[in-house]
Amino acid sequence: MPFVPPEIRLAGIAPEMALVVSAFVVLIAGTFARSRVNRVYLPALATIGFGASIYFAVSVWGENELQLSDMIALDGFATFCKISLAVFGLLTVWLGSDYLTRDGIEEPEFYGLVLLAVAGMMLMASAADLIVIFLALETFSIALYVLVGYRRRSIEGQESAMKYFLLGAFSSSFFLLGIALAYGAVGSTNLYGNSENPGLAQFLSESASEATGVLVLATGFLVVGLGFKIAAVPFHMWTPDAYQGAPSPITGFMAAGSKLAGFAALLRLFDASLFALRWEWRPLLIGIAVATMIAGSVLAVVQEDIKRMLAYSSIAHAGFVLTGVIATNDRGISGSLFYLATYGIAVLGGFAVVSILGGKDEHRVRLVDYKGAFYEHPALAGALTLFLLSLAGVPVTSGFVGKLVVFGAAIEAGYSWVVVIGMLTSAIAAFFYLRVLVVMYMQEPDESRPPIPVGRAASTVVALTAVATIILGLFWSPLIGAAEDATFFFVGG
Amino acid sequence: MPEGYFGQYATIGIFALAGMTLVGATLQLAKLVRPNVPTVQKYTTYESGIDPIGRGWAQSNVRYYIFALLFVIFDVEAVFLFPWAIIFESLGTQAFIEMIIFIGILALALLYAIKKGVLEWLS
Repeated sequence: MPFVPPEIRLAGIAPEMALVVSAFVVLIAGTFARSRVNRVYLPALATIGFGASIYFAVSVWGENELQLSDMIALDGFATFCKISLAVFGLLTVWLGSDYLTRDGIEEPEFYGLVLLAVAGMMLMASAADLIVIFLALETFSIALYVLVGYRRRSIEGQESAMKYFLLGAFSSSFFLLGIALAYGAVGSTNLYGNSENPGLAQFLSESASEATGVLVLATGFLVVGLGFKIAAVPFHMWTPDAYQGAPSPITGFMAAGSKLAGFAALLRLFDASLFALRWEWRPLLIGIAVATMIAGSVLAVVQEDIKRMLAYSSIAHAGFVLTGVIATNDRGISGSLFYLATYGIAVLGGFAVVSILGGKDEHRVRLVDYKGAFYEHPALAGALTLFLLSLAGVPVTSGFVGKLVVFGAAIEAGYSWVVVIGMLTSAIAAFFYLRVLVVMYMQEPDESRPPIPVGRAASTVVALTAVATIILGLFWSPLIGAAEDATFFFVGG
Repeated sequence: MPEGYFGQYATIGIFALAGMTLVGATLQLAKLVRPNVPTVQKYTTYESGIDPIGRGWAQSNVRYYIFALLFVIFDVEAVFLFPWAIIFESLGTQAFIEMIIFIGILALALLYAIKKGVLEWLS
């Protein structure tokens, strides 16, 4: 029997391939070059990789098809996520280059792993098969396990990497079990499927509802696996520890990128593939969303460490985005995407300021260390104010628009009571954001501290994210328009 | 049995509650009946074993682990090479180029490992 090789068109994964190739180049060049060369050329090489990746992603904007044996979806949704992820990765690399130089721990592996992690996250956004989702999940998780423990000399860093790794492996096994059960129920792991090759969406559109019992069970397991990555309650236990021990640029990268990748898979899986099963999974996700919003906001109030506080705040934000997911309408999907993109920029900016103000080896990350920060570093404190106000959802910042669209979508879908809980927890959340501002502006610095070196790349990141936060808060329509164009590949209907 | 959508889940909830109550009640009952003799020995790591020496924070040699990782690289390469070699003739040039790329990536990894010095045995 002659073998017919499958048709191979790489447009759908060209952004990922650009990143993987540049990761190889960075690793090999960094290993062969002398250590002084690392500081200048490796971030530049990584920047070229991200630039190429963004170029490839932009060039396929508007395409809508499945590629590589229906494993990869090339659609607006994936492209929107990929461009956002590449921007997050780029900001992380710039921020990281200054951070590593300051702490004297620069290694080519940092840039290589960030590039590979972003490639995995991008693959997650365009995966049209449960196996590819799992592959992408593992690709970026393994890179992140190493990056979280990047500060090898710090006990905290080792502890957080260990916790993240063990719990991450545990949740991955749940996800794998979910895939196995879904395969058992449907006979395929594809998210879409067609008449020849059955998939989840195809199966649900054909079969009677009583045949889906095992698939409901599988859905539960898949929620566990993805809920871990987006840090939703009750799968959030790792978040504060991992966020605290990781280097601050990586913490910001996890909060922005890991969350976006997890939600990308969650949105495609539930709002597109398992849409017909929404009456089964929606109560589950509503429960998770409500628990996440309440637990994240309330627990953040008692935190004394700014990184832990931002970790709990990122848990609360996962709950806010989930209200867009459960809306299951177009506004919910585009609103979630907009929310994740703007949240990612604000939280990366926030952690950029935290990483600069933390000083060498990040010794100043407690709330009391921020006393009078405004009088010592007015520009940085001002930027941090902006980011915290955006996270709190104050008007004129991008966070306000994000909350407006996801809550609007949930009201449109008839879940006003979830939105009321969201509003109340936002009010609680505003308390601990404002507490940082009070400490920064209204208290005097304890003693004169040595000045903190501020790198050029890191301050560029702070400036860019601050400007983006304001601009997206005032002129949000282009990005929302792009998010609305970022639709899923759809079969049947 | 309760009816309706949430009723079905309520059955599971009642079942879970009953199970937890049963276990909890048994443990409480045991606590009431059993004698309570707290001694220092009961809090040691091994109650009737050797006393632990030193601290829990120790280093171990990770060299074997790196060799195992490198071995896995070539193991996987072989796993993919054998089926490819069997039907190589009917596949044509495309498959040849693909395998060259695959081996090239693995060779890069080996180059990286050599340059990192993990193959040098220092004792």
